[in-house]
Amino acid sequence: MKNEGETAERPDNTAFTQQRLPAWQPILSAGIVIPGFLLIGLAFIGIGVGLFLTSQTIQVLERDYTGFDKDSPCFSCTNPNTQNCTCEITIALSELFKGPIFFYYGLSNYYQNFRKYGVSKDYYQLTGDTKSFKSPQESCSPFDFDSNKNVIVPCGAIANSMFNDTFELYHIINGTKKQVPLDGKGISWWTDYNLKYRNPSFVNGSFAKAFDGTVKPINWPKPAYELDLTDQSNNGFLNQDFLVWMRRSALPEFRKLYRRITEGDYSAGLPAGNYSLTVHYNYPVLTFDGRKKVFFSNVSWMGGKNDFLGIAYLVVGSLCVVMSVVMLIVYAKFKFSDDDA
Amino acid sequence: MHIYKADQEPAVRSLGPENLLLKGATLKNTKKINGVAVYTGMETKMALNYQGKSQKRSAVEKSINAFLLVYLCILISKAVVCTTLKYVWQSKDGQDEPWYNQKTQKEKDTNMYVKMFTDFLSFMVLFNFIIPVSMYVTVEMQKFLGSFFITWDKDFFDPEIQEGALVNTSDLNEELGQVEYVFTDKTGTLTQNNMEFIECCIDGFQYRHRDELDGFTVTDGPVSKLQQKAGLEKEELFLRALCLCHTVQVKEDGAEETPGDQVDGVDGMFPQPEEERCFIASSPDEIALVKGAMRYGFTFLGLESKNMKIKNRQNDIEEYKLLHVLNFDPVRRRMSVIVQTKSGETLLFCKGADSSIFPRVKPEEVERIRLHVERNATEGYRTLCVAFKQLSAEEYAVADTGLREARLALQDREDKLMAIYNQVETGMSLIGATAVEDRLQEEAAETMEALQGAGIKVWVLTGDKMETAKSTCYACRLFQRGTELLELTVRTLEDGRTKREDKLLELLRDYHRRAVQDAPPVKAGVTRSWSTANQEYGFIIDGATLSLLMNPPRDADACLYRNLFLQICQNSTAVLCCRMAPLQKAQIVKMVKNSKGSPITLSIGDGANDVSMILEAHVGIGVKGKEGRQAVRNSDYAIPKLKHLKKLLLAHGHLYYVRIAHLVQYFFYKNLCFILPQFLYQFFCGYSQQPLYDAAYLTMYNICFTSMPILAYSLLEQHMAIEVLLDNATLYRQIAKNAMLRWRPFLYWTVLGIFQGLMFFFGVRFLFSNPALQDNGQVFGNWSYGTIVFTVLVFTVTLKLALDTRHWTWINHFVIWGSLAFYVFFSFFWGGIIWPFLKQQRLYFVFANMLSSVSAWLVIIILILLSLLPELLLVVLRKPRGPHSRQMKRRLPSSGTSTIFMLSQTASTHSFSWSD
Repeated sequence: MKNEGETAERPDNTAFTQQRLPAWQPILSAGIVIPGFLLIGLAFIGIGVGLFLTSQTIQVLERDYTGFDKDSPCFSCTNPNTQNCTCEITIALSELFKGPIFFYYGLSNYYQNFRKYGVSKDYYQLTGDTKSFKSPQESCSPFDFDSNKNVIVPCGAIANSMFNDTFELYHIINGTKKQVPLDGKGISWWTDYNLKYRNPSFVNGSFAKAFDGTVKPINWPKPAYELDLTDQSNNGFLNQDFLVWMRRSALPEFRKLYRRITEGDYSAGLPAGNYSLTVHYNYPVLTFDGRKKVFFSNVSWMGGKNDFLGIAYLVVGSLCVVMSVVMLIVYAKFKFSDDDA
Repeated sequence: MHIYKADQEPAVRSLGPENLLLKGATLKNTKKINGVAVYTGMETKMALNYQGKSQKRSAVEKSINAFLLVYLCILISKAVVCTTLKYVWQSKDGQDEPWYNQKTQKEKDTNMYVKMFTDFLSFMVLFNFIIPVSMYVTVEMQKFLGSFFITWDKDFFDPEIQEGALVNTSDLNEELGQVEYVFTDKTGTLTQNNMEFIECCIDGFQYRHRDELDGFTVTDGPVSKLQQKAGLEKEELFLRALCLCHTVQVKEDGAEETPGDQVDGVDGMFPQPEEERCFIASSPDEIALVKGAMRYGFTFLGLESKNMKIKNRQNDIEEYKLLHVLNFDPVRRRMSVIVQTKSGETLLFCKGADSSIFPRVKPEEVERIRLHVERNATEGYRTLCVAFKQLSAEEYAVADTGLREARLALQDREDKLMAIYNQVETGMSLIGATAVEDRLQEEAAETMEALQGAGIKVWVLTGDKMETAKSTCYACRLFQRGTELLELTVRTLEDGRTKREDKLLELLRDYHRRAVQDAPPVKAGVTRSWSTANQEYGFIIDGATLSLLMNPPRDADACLYRNLFLQICQNSTAVLCCRMAPLQKAQIVKMVKNSKGSPITLSIGDGANDVSMILEAHVGIGVKGKEGRQAVRNSDYAIPKLKHLKKLLLAHGHLYYVRIAHLVQYFFYKNLCFILPQFLYQFFCGYSQQPLYDAAYLTMYNICFTSMPILAYSLLEQHMAIEVLLDNATLYRQIAKNAMLRWRPFLYWTVLGIFQGLMFFFGVRFLFSNPALQDNGQVFGNWSYGTIVFTVLVFTVTLKLALDTRHWTWINHFVIWGSLAFYVFFSFFWGGIIWPFLKQQRLYFVFANMLSSVSAWLVIIILILLSLLPELLLVVLRKPRGPHSRQMKRRLPSSGTSTIFMLSQTASTHSFSWSD
């Protein structure tokens, strides 16, 4: 450790070396903890009540459209041989569904969080790096090359399995269908759209040329550069539906944002009445016993409807209050017995 | 230097161990020496000692290993469970390979069992963080850095030798808080080893030196021979013997000597300004004797080319030719010189312990001297007997050749020498005895009292006479007036007609009955209560009896003897082992060390004869005394004085133990609640080994986010102030027997870890039943999930430590709040940049997005609070009936009375007088 010469000197008389640094020695006394618990408890109950009430005001409309039951409207579409199948789901609203309304699709028993699935993408492709269009990362396998050894862009299982059911919502007014405009903007993370993902640059003024020598993912009906031909800013890898899909879900039962209803006559919400949801049924889930759902929901400051938080706060809050009372009793008892001694 | 010249008959000289210069030797009174390296390599003393030391492992490390095994089992069972469930789960139709997650051809072709095995390994990799590898690094750092506090402690600084404590190993800091047995050497440890010549006895007449009488002889001898003196001739013979029979060297010009020069082995220089002469010897006794002789008028002037010069009372110089020195060794316990006077007479002077001298002198001389020796010994003095013998020319010739031959012998040199020595040192006549006082170390009694109060059993192992050692024990308050002494010595064994062995067994049984069976059962750890109602026992055994006990004639009894012996010892408050050879000391330590419950032992000593027991004990402590540096070098810790042992154990040891025990438990706990959510996540991701946390978080968790607070805690924590620990020795018992690292606390921490892990995971799981957590309706993905769990985790484990911290210095504040701030900063930074070297930007803006969600904030807050709630409750509920506050109240008055009792004890010890 130290050699003779050093120890021969008198040790430094500093607070640190003598372990006498000034220190705060908190003692959690009953005088602090009992009121503390009470305060925390009351605050939590307050927050809990707020959360719970907020959650209660959120309207949610949920429909399973898998077509598992014979009498469900989409049953006919579950036959894998049917092409371009559509089915209609009717929705009756008895009161105003307040806007802005968020339209989610949901899948269950669908494991977007498989490890192999999760790594099966090539980030460099998705940043528009055309070099990686020729040699995709190995993690994309077996969705990296098609049978003719052409590179799949975007490669990988995540992109390949992109959700491709589409929906149209109609308001039925006196027997006539009036389409409700669905807003597909702003459904993905701002950073994903603006910073993380990039399209390849145009080649000779054509976006499609940038994808020369590549093929579309096997399950896709059309290539990436044709995802939205009407709006180039929503095309290619910057397609919002694609971005939403690429953000993997945490649990096997999940929902993803599909559209928002913010425009036109429906910006204040969906008025009471009958609606019809047309589903272009493409996405097979029954092979793995999955379910498909649609959700209409409005959101609050806490996000979507979630009773858990409110209840949790209420429970923990009341627990704290109860404990502070129990502690008070225990403390009083012991204090008295201490005095006796 | 010419060893060999062509024209000269080669002179044969023997070289023995005494010619070896060991590592660390310094030149004293010669400018240079020529030397030859005899041996270098792994079998040098240094290398061997080094090996011996590195084998010392602390009890804490053993606990760590046990816990590690448990966690290893948890790890393996987690991996097995996951692998099994994976295949069970996959056997269901469509689960194994849904269309969206098809396997590659290679995966399909792989053998099922190979796949299972690789899956198992993948789970092992995924969960391996549960094994706290970083704990070992932190523990090492804690030990290394923590040991500096011992070196730095100014209370350990001794102004006399200008040195503080020395830490030779940092592995055993916490063991200082676990000591159950202290084995202490007497001379130099309990006593100062600062010898002072008190009195002598010449031919049965007592000579006591009185300073005021100008250094001349005054007798106040035994009652029967009051005011009488021995014959002048005998007196002078005795004093000459004292002047000649030693290996002291004279260092002239003592003025230039400063204490700083006596760095190595040869200590005991006493600069005497008026004499301008100081003596150097390997043993302070010899110096005391030479100086004693000087006071009576015989001055040793030095050794010049084999001639010893002494100045006698008439101020004449007498010269003696030094023919042979028959060296001292602890087995013989005596030494002799053979000198030749001017007139050609050959004389042998021998001095040594009474037990080794008495059998070699004429029996009729013994009795007169024995009385003095025994009385002196009872008073706590070190006694030596002096004998002489005149050798005839023939006798000397025989002895001379014998010695020369033996010295040149290449094999069994020591045995042969011993034989010659024994042959020469016979038929001597006893001329007197000396008494040298060895003062008690400062605060020796207080230290011993504190150790006993701390529940530590103190054993004194000494080479001294029983009477001397016993009186030291009384003076140190190891034995008290009420202590019933159980003696097992040669003397008690020999008083009957029965055989020694039978008597031994009989006594053992008797003592066992008294000390063990009749004693009220006491709980382990609280062996000595302050109440005087319990009879206290002191046990005394001597070397000869011990060897009989260890190696009984019938092997079958060995076990029985040992058990009885150990049980008696364990029920005695103090044990005194006298007349011990160094190896026996180690034997005793070993026996206790290996006894039931394997108690932690500590040996403290200052001399070379203590090295073996210092090495044998769990913790070896060297006192930087006068008997050289060997003990210090071989020790784990070295302190200047015995009194420092109290602070070393009660304050440093206690704190180190608490710190490291908490460190160990905390590490296991924090890794458990770190990995448990990851394990639980497997149930929700199809057992696909999907990590819950990002790789950066996985690696940084133990390295950056949670390492510094616990390190600071483990260096700075003082759950009780040092003064409190020193004042209340009983607090030491709270941590006895590895109290904080037993299975109960371990279970508590494990349960806490599991509880919190469950909270973290399922709290977030329920939140994610609707992953739309932002007010813009957007949803969170799996990395957000992991990041929320991880944030809760980092905050909870750090705040848990904050709750446990009782001593908040600015460093604690800095590292605890700094770690949390660093975590937040790092998460922003890590998620704020697209890292060019990463294949996937998984955490890009995940953390920032999480913070933009009110729900995430709320869930983080409630989960942290909920996880800490049980802890808070315990802290509060424990407080009103805290063991600490009450104990203090109860202890204080009784320790006060005991101090008074001790004081009266001291007084009575001093007035203890000889009566026969």
